[in-house]
Order: sequence, then structure tokens, then C-alpha cells
Amino acid sequence: MTILFYLAGAIALISTLSVVTSKNVVHALVYLIVSLLAVAVIFFVLGAPFAAMLEAIVYAGAIMVLFLFVMMMLNLGQATEDEEGAWLSPRVWVGPSLLVLVLFGQLASVLIRQEYSIVPVDVGVRDLSLELFGPYLLAVELASMLLLAGLVAAYHLAKK
Amino acid sequence: MIDWIGLLPAFPLAGFLALVLTGGRLPKKVAGIIGVGSIGLSFLLAVVISLEFLGSGAESVSRTLWVWMSVGTFNPGFSFYLDGLTVVMILIISGVGFLIHLYSTGFMADDPGFARFFSYMNLFVASMLVLVLADNLVLLYLGWEGVGLCSYLLIGFWYENPANGYAARKAFVVTRVGDTSMAIGLFLLFSQLGTLNIQDILSLASQQWVIGSGLAIAAAALLLGGAVGKSAQLPLQTWLPDAMAGPTPISALIHAATMVTAGVYLIARTHILFELAPSVQLLVAWIGLATLLMAGFTALTQRDIKRILAYSTISQIGYMFLALGVGAWSAAVFHLMTHAFFKALLFLAAGTVILSLHHEHDIFRMGGMRRKLPLAFWSFMIGSAALTALPFTSGFYSKDEILLAALAQPEYGMVLWTGGVIGAFLTALYSFRLVFVVFMGKGHHGAESDIHEHSDIHRESDSHGVTDAHAHDPVREITGFAMATPLIILAVLSLVGGLIHVPVDSVFAELAGVEEVHASNFIHGVMIAVPIFGVALSYVFYGNPRYEKASQHMRNNLRTSALGGVLHRFWFRGWGMDALYDALLVRPFVTLATINKKDIVDQFYGLFVMITRIGNSALVMLQTGNLRWYGISLVGGLAIVIAIGVWI
Amino acid sequence: MQAIPYEHGLILAAMLFVCGLAGVLTRRNIVFVLMSLEIMLNACGLAFVVASARWGHADGQIMFLMILTLAAAEVAVGLGLIIQMYRRFHTVDISVLNEMKG
Repeated sequence: MTILFYLAGAIALISTLSVVTSKNVVHALVYLIVSLLAVAVIFFVLGAPFAAMLEAIVYAGAIMVLFLFVMMMLNLGQATEDEEGAWLSPRVWVGPSLLVLVLFGQLASVLIRQEYSIVPVDVGVRDLSLELFGPYLLAVELASMLLLAGLVAAYHLAKK
Repeated sequence: MIDWIGLLPAFPLAGFLALVLTGGRLPKKVAGIIGVGSIGLSFLLAVVISLEFLGSGAESVSRTLWVWMSVGTFNPGFSFYLDGLTVVMILIISGVGFLIHLYSTGFMADDPGFARFFSYMNLFVASMLVLVLADNLVLLYLGWEGVGLCSYLLIGFWYENPANGYAARKAFVVTRVGDTSMAIGLFLLFSQLGTLNIQDILSLASQQWVIGSGLAIAAAALLLGGAVGKSAQLPLQTWLPDAMAGPTPISALIHAATMVTAGVYLIARTHILFELAPSVQLLVAWIGLATLLMAGFTALTQRDIKRILAYSTISQIGYMFLALGVGAWSAAVFHLMTHAFFKALLFLAAGTVILSLHHEHDIFRMGGMRRKLPLAFWSFMIGSAALTALPFTSGFYSKDEILLAALAQPEYGMVLWTGGVIGAFLTALYSFRLVFVVFMGKGHHGAESDIHEHSDIHRESDSHGVTDAHAHDPVREITGFAMATPLIILAVLSLVGGLIHVPVDSVFAELAGVEEVHASNFIHGVMIAVPIFGVALSYVFYGNPRYEKASQHMRNNLRTSALGGVLHRFWFRGWGMDALYDALLVRPFVTLATINKKDIVDQFYGLFVMITRIGNSALVMLQTGNLRWYGISLVGGLAIVIAIGVWI
Repeated sequence: MQAIPYEHGLILAAMLFVCGLAGVLTRRNIVFVLMSLEIMLNACGLAFVVASARWGHADGQIMFLMILTLAAAEVAVGLGLIIQMYRRFHTVDISVLNEMKG
């Protein structure tokens, strides 16, 4: 299982890097789906099967499909891809990359101090639901309101 | 009916609101009915209330409408207090006010600001009634400021002309000096006595303060400051002559008959305070004497018909102050009443003359109006006779009382009396000079007959556009029911008003003894003879048609002689008071203002502004509008914060 | 079942997060920016699930659910905005939208 974790992690990382550096939107989306599925695998390994399912269904499924639909609507052609190439000169990458690496260095130096090994225990749907509809009931309600707001806003914004 | 006392000021106030809220859209007829009718109702109510009050024999009645404000122990009510003095005042205000309103419907008939005029007038009457009815000094101050405001609005009524606006401002600012003094007096009284109810103050003051104590002197002096400002006495008299910029009925109502007597009323109302401070009371007498003489001399040289009357008003109020100063409270109130009659009459008659002559103000451009304006002539004759205090006119009785009371003053009685008699002589001289020049003679209207070195005569320039083009139009007396009736009623009152007994004995009861003066026949003779002599002298100089050439020659000689010329110029300019104040107060103030125009002190604070501006322009450069730049800033900041949090 | 070092999971999340951040900072195409934001949100979710596994408790997963909801709402609104932007400016370049500069 540990190997599976590292493998999925590597896949996720590589595909994510590809998303960020890709020139073609659709390719990038496919890479992103791969990355999300890899993360789903990691969830599964970490003993969160319900989260893994949701990651696959909602993220990789629903959200990415939404992206795809929008891409189709926009119908960005070859011109955009060429433009993208012009924008992504190596020089552009230097500054943000350095900054981001500094941030990562900081995060890593903090995280590396943790000395603990996870022995995954399944936290299943049952446990989750009991928590969700018990102490977190208000959060569920708020989340539903947020989704409603998102729905209304999206309808309003995308209207002609 | 006394319970309805609150309606007295409420009627005019309602009239004011009705006229103001309709914004001049009412037809003139309706506006006139509202404007005059509200005062008329007020007058009828005042008569009924007065009769009931006098009939009841009560000393005073007071009614609280509601508590105005309640702050700790300070809770002045909106309450009215009625006694003999108040009865006199409300009858004068509403009665004379009603007549003047009626007159105004004729006088202002062609004015575009007809409704505005009546709304201000109504507000004025309402404020004045509040002033005299108030049972505490706060409410009195409300009325006091209210009439000040109306005075400002009405002086500047023809606001298109900047000069009128200036005159209004001057009146407002000068009276403000007095009002400030009065406000401080109120604070003093409240801090010392803990109340502002007038009757409580008077009883507490006489219990707690001994005669001549410092507090009593301070309180009386501060109140006197307010009275001096409102009543145009020395040294705050300069605003009244300029106040003649307003329409003539205004001058009659506000600047002759009612508002300017508010100071007299205030002193009479708080007379116990002044009795506690004899030095201040004496000061009142001296102020009155100085003012009446100064104004008398000034009136001798004026050419503007309204300015002459204005100075005579100042002079007559000087008499009232003299009376107050010698403790003849009821004589002062009596003179206040008779003065209201004859001065309103004179102003209204002057208004008729002015209107008939197309807004001509210079008396030397009039002349021979006797036949052309008979009503105005007879009004003027009666008014001037009363003003001069010729025997059996109303002014005679009141001035007689004042002079006798002055003579009875123990220390300076003789001086005060002599001054008063000289003033009476001057009064006769200038008032009949006015009458003779305007109404007698051959009628040199439109032709300059009197060589005069001063061409800077003040002329009323108003929205009608006064020009000399009108000067040759035929003179036609403008009368009519609305304008003639008040003149006739006021003329009758001026003649017989002296027989009215002012019901103020109960108010000033403890002083009744002081006014019992037994003067010798000589004194009486002098007081009767002096005004007659003045009239005679005036006739010699101005009125005698047979010796017109000779008298004119005489006048020119007098004027061109060195001393005569200097005095004439000096008096004409009102004893140089305006120039003095200009040099002493206005100029230095304006200079300071000019120096400080660049805000020297503010420069220091400008530094902060500058620093803020520089900081702003620096930070503006960071606002690129570029999303990635913002993101980078955010991440950079995050990195720094984490660094601080983790390693420090 | 072999143990997975706790910090490795967190560092993986940090790596993903940092990748997404680099994308947000670098890309000019707004679609990529939105995708990068998704990556960052997902990385956060991963960190929560790792923590959940660390403590053997469901709270972390509930947080992940919340993030999921948030991401869904955000994508809906964000895509709506992209459509509007493309309609108005006929471009997906965010550096065109710099009218808010001071």
C-alpha cells in the first residue's frame, strides 16, 4: 500500500506540473483529471474511501466536465494555443518559481519535523455521516446555501 | 379665555407656515387675507384676554403649555406669563401690528415678494408675542432671537440690492453683540440662582443679593448689554439708521413701534435686578440721555425722510431708557405705548409720501406736499405734534412723566432733566423741519432747491428700480381703504393715547411713590414752552413762505460758517460712530482675515496632508490592476509572515 | 499494512499546492488560472484527509467535503465569469483586465 501511495503521489505531481505548463486547454484538463484520480487513489490508501469516491465523482467527474463544456462553448482555437506559447517564455517562470520554491521550502522545513507514521484505519461512510449530520449539521446547511448561491450567481453571470 | 393664551402667537405662526409652505404660489388676495387675518385674530384674542384679565383683578396669570426641555434641574417650560406689563405689550404688538399689516397690503400691493413679506411679518409678530409672554428667560431669548432673525430678513427684503443685504448683515451682527452679552447674563443668572424663570429670579435675587452686590451689578449690566443692542442705544445704535433699507411698513413695525422696544421691555421686566444694582440703573439713565441727545443732533442734519425718523426713534427710546434709569418704570412703558402709536403713524405716513413720490427719499426734493397729499400731511402733523410732545397730544403726557421723574432723581436730577429738555427742543426742531420741508413751501419737487455739499444721500433703491425718470411724474396720493384706515386710527390714538391708563401699577407697585413728583409751575412751564419754541424756530428756518429767500440765506450762512460746517458734517455722519467702528473693529478684523487668508496655522497641518499625499502616490503605483502582481505580492507577504512565525 | 510517514502526505499536499500557486502566478490564460486554483483547493483537501488519517477521525474528511462544496460553487461562478469576460473582451488574457489600477 505504501508503494501505491508513492506511485499515486508521483503521478499526481507529474500530471499537475503538466497542467500548469501545458499550452492546450483540453490537454491540461485531461492531465488535471488524471491528477485528481491519482489523489483519489491516495485518499483510498489513507483509509478514506468515501472521500476517494467523492473526489472521483464530483471533482474528476462533475467539475471537470463543467470545465470541458465551457471550453467547448468558448471554442478557443489554434490561435490561443500559439498565444499561450508566446506568453509562457522561460523568463516568465523564473520569478514565480523562485517565490513558490521559497514558500515550499518553508512549508517543508516545518512539516519535516513531524515524526509520525500513519497506520491507515478506515473511516467509513457510517462514521462520516454520524459526524456530518450530528455536530456538523449547521455546516451542511451553510454548504447548501453556498451551493444555492453559486447556482444563482452562475445562472445570472452566464446569462446573455 | 385666558387658557387660550397659547393661541396668541400660534395664529401668526400658523399664518407664517401657511405662507411659507405655499412658497408664494397663493394669489395676493389670499396671501393678504392670511397675513392680515392671522394678526387680526391674534389682536381680537389679545383684547378678549386682556379684558378678562383686567376684569378679574388678578395680579398675574401664568399658563404652561408644555415643558420645553428637561435637563437636570433645568427645565424651562413653554409657559406664558400674563400681567399688566404683558397686557400692554401684547395689545401694542398685535394692535399696531395689525394696523401695519393692513397698511402693508396697500403698500406692498405691487411687490413680487408679497407673500414672502407677510410670512416674515407674521413670524415677527409671533416671535415678539413669545418674547413678551415668556415666563422664563430662555423662552424670552427664543423670541428675542426670533425677532432678530425677522429683522434681518426684512431689512434685506429687497435682497437684489447688495446695499440692503449689507444693512441687514450690519443690523444682525451689531445686535448679536448685545445678544451675546445677554446670553452670558442668562448663564450667570442660572449658575447663581439655579433658575431662569423670571419671577423666581426676581424674588430669589432680592432675597439673596444685597443692593449693589457684584453679582447683581454683573447680571444687570449683562442684561443691559442685550437691551442696548436690541433697542439701538449707545454704543450699539449704528444699525438702526441702516435698517431703513427695508420696506417702510417694516420700519414702522419693527424699527419703530415694537422690536426696538424689546430692550425697554426687558429692563422693565427685570427691573428688580436693576434696583439691586443702582450703579447700572444710573448707567441706563446716562445711556438714554446721551443717546437721545446724540440722535437728536444727528436727526437735525439728515436729508432722508426715513433716516430722520430712524434717529428720532433712537432718541425716543433714549427717553424710555432715561425713564428706566430713574426708576420711572411705568412712565417708560407709557412712553413705549404712545411712541408706538405716533412713530408707527409717522412711518406709515412717510411710506405714503415715499410711495406717492415713486420711492423718493430726499426731503429736499419734496416740498409743498400739503395739498397733494392731505392725508399724509395731517398724519404727519399729528404724529409730529405727538413726537414733539405738544400739549394734549399723547407724547406730551408720557414725556412729561419721564422728565418729571428725571428731575426727581436725587443726585443728577437737574442734569438729566436739562438734557431731556434739550432733547425735547431738538425733537421739536427736527420733526417740524421735516414737516415744513416736505409739506410746506411752493413745491420744488424734482428741482434741487437747497445747495448741499453732501450728495451721498442714502436712497432706497429697490426692486422697483428707482430712477430719476420717475421724478417728473405727476404726484398722486396713493391711498385706499387699506392704507388710509390705519393712518386715521393711529392718528386718533396719537392724539388721545395719552388718556389711556397703562395698567402696570401692580407690576411696579412698590415704586408708585417715586413717581409722585411735585414740580413747580416754572418747571411745567419750561416743559410746555420748549417744544413750542422749537417748533417756532423750525418755522423761521424752514416753514415761513414769506421769508423763503431770507431763511434760505440764513441756512446757507449757518452751514457755510466754519463751525457750522464741521458740526453739520459730524452730525450728518451720525457723530462718526460708523467711521469709528469701522476703524476700530471692522478694518482690523478684515486685515487680520486677509493676513490669515493663507491659513498660517494650517500650514503645519498641511504637512501631514502632504505626507499622506506622497504616501498615497507611492502606494498607487502598487495598484497595477494586474492580477498576477497581486498574487505575487500575496505570496511574498505569506512567505514573510511564515518566516516570522516560524523562526522568530 | 505498512505505515506511511505522516509528513510525506503533508509534503505531497504542499507540493501540489505550490504547483497550483506557480500556475496562478504565471499563467495569463484565465482558464488555466482557474484550473490552478482548483489544484490548490484540491491540495488543501488532501492535507485535511491526511490529517484525518493521522488522527483516525472523521473531522478532516468533513472539511474535505466542505472544500469540495466550495470548489463546486467557485467553479460555477468562475466559469460564468469567464464566459462573460470572453463575450465582452473576446480574450481570455487576464492582463487585459487591469482597469482597477490606482
